[in-house]
Amino acid sequence: MSEEAAVVNGSPAVAELEQHFEDTVAHDRRIEPRDWMPEAYRRTMIRQISQHAHSEIIGMQPEGNWITRAPSLRRKAILLAKVQDEAGHGMYLYSAAETLGADRADLTQKLMTGAQKYSSIFNYPTLTFADVGVIGWLVDGAAICNQVPLCRSSYGPYARAMVRICKEESFHQRQGFELLMTMMRGTPAQRAMVQDAVNRWWWPSLMMFGPPDNESPNTAQSMHWRIKRHTNDELRQRFVDMTAPQAEALGVTLPDPELRWHPDRQHYDFGAVDWDELKRVVAGNGPCNAQRVTARRAAHEGGAWVREAALAHAAKQRARARQVAA
Amino acid sequence: MTEFSDHEETAYEALSLDADDPRWAFGTGFSDPLAGIDTSVPENVDAADLTAYCLMLGDDALVLSHRLQQWITRLPELEEEAAVANVALDLLGQARLLLSRAAAAEGSGRSEDDYAYRREQHEFLNVRLVERADADFAEMVTRLLIFSAFRLAVLQRLRDSRDPVLAAIAAKATNEVTYHRDYAAGWVVRLGDGTEGSHDRMVAALDAVWPYVDELFRTGDVERRLTGVAVDPGEVRNEVETVLEQVFSEAGLKRPDVPPAALVSGRAGREGVHTEALSYILAELQSVARSHPGAEW
Repeated sequence: MSEEAAVVNGSPAVAELEQHFEDTVAHDRRIEPRDWMPEAYRRTMIRQISQHAHSEIIGMQPEGNWITRAPSLRRKAILLAKVQDEAGHGMYLYSAAETLGADRADLTQKLMTGAQKYSSIFNYPTLTFADVGVIGWLVDGAAICNQVPLCRSSYGPYARAMVRICKEESFHQRQGFELLMTMMRGTPAQRAMVQDAVNRWWWPSLMMFGPPDNESPNTAQSMHWRIKRHTNDELRQRFVDMTAPQAEALGVTLPDPELRWHPDRQHYDFGAVDWDELKRVVAGNGPCNAQRVTARRAAHEGGAWVREAALAHAAKQRARARQVAA
Repeated sequence: MTEFSDHEETAYEALSLDADDPRWAFGTGFSDPLAGIDTSVPENVDAADLTAYCLMLGDDALVLSHRLQQWITRLPELEEEAAVANVALDLLGQARLLLSRAAAAEGSGRSEDDYAYRREQHEFLNVRLVERADADFAEMVTRLLIFSAFRLAVLQRLRDSRDPVLAAIAAKATNEVTYHRDYAAGWVVRLGDGTEGSHDRMVAALDAVWPYVDELFRTGDVERRLTGVAVDPGEVRNEVETVLEQVFSEAGLKRPDVPPAALVSGRAGREGVHTEALSYILAELQSVARSHPGAEW
């Protein structure tokens, strides 16, 4: 039944549509763009997908910072290909958001005015080439922990986008880890660089999973809608369990004196995250918030004349084609 | 705690330590671009000349790739981010193959990275065209069009080189550079024809870049001696100019009336005499590698 018919028929029909939506979600079937969905679900999905898209685009900056200085041509090719993948993910995700009626230009405006957020992790600086490896290992690793369950998101276009994105992200994660392995086998200066980068990125990586469950009011609704499959704390634990043995294999120390295997729980225990820091960064007071948004705005506004020229040329082409046809 | 599904377990397993590392984008999955290929120098070819010629073509690609890398995150649209990164990646891949060919021909045990990171400015043999910092997007696409039209004409002939390694590199690169030329031509037409403002920027861009065109077609001693191996750049001039005229006419632009950039004591890029811009590019490119002598990455 179309949405229009539902409106004409009044509230009983809406109730029916809602029931159908609930059943679809409860049976783990997908909601597709033309299906009826509650407005709140649509709004939440647009927000979730566009924030993910913004994160891909802003995330190009901290890594792009090292492309021109990558110390070997192979590492340069890897990093350039990775940043290119992120641009691709961004486009792909904006398209997914557009299936819900959003508009990429409008979403870009919202990013630049701060009306929509991106992952807080990208508000930290990349200070050495080791940061490139640590971002691959920890930040992409955390992103994958968050995103693998989203391959089963109830919203079809997002779930499908996530399958492809997760595949590429896990490739990036392995490349980051491999860079760190190479550096840890290298000179004392390289090893010190890796340890320093791990010290700076570990806690912000744990913050990527969002506030603790008791401070995450939207989790229950999102899990009910199956656009979130595990709670923030579950995913954080999963990430720590996955990463701690990798740190050991690398020979780096994670900067948490309380980190240790707990045999009864069959999980790692870890120390308290500084949630005030996350709040400050989300509120705009991280080390690079202003820099990231300013750079995005400069690229967008600096390119306005190019986009205008392309539109003007296309209009002239159409006019010329009409003249020829007439 | 909610259960993790089988599908999730598999994806997480992909993150384990021993997952394999297949080739992804070209050039990211290997450290010796010419591994397993017979790189012996063909008969009656001077190894030093072949080395120099490979460095010329390799340095052109390396330096222009660097300039394009500097555009990443600064482009007018996401589509352009992906496209320019793609061109930069192709050129980087070509540079790696050519520098590795140079190393094999030289036979001194140097690697692609030794050439890229541990040579001085005067040892770089690229043309001066690829060195300028772009003032704007119009300059970026203008230079890319001119460079790609030139490189494509050279590569097409190089496919018949007596050096089978160069011929194979050229065959692969021809497809890539055809795309680069068409991408750049598309933008030159859009900007030339688009608005009054974009047209003015295109005129300024052409004026800025054109002085470095003449140098592309200078035939040096190395190319002269490498008959049948190298391409004489003087031979491609007419073909390149015809392609450019076609694009300019479509874009409503005229070939600029500006004199060629002067040589310095009769020398230019191919003889290791560059613009002031190159030392800044090398300072950036080589900074990390040079601070860690002997380190592997």
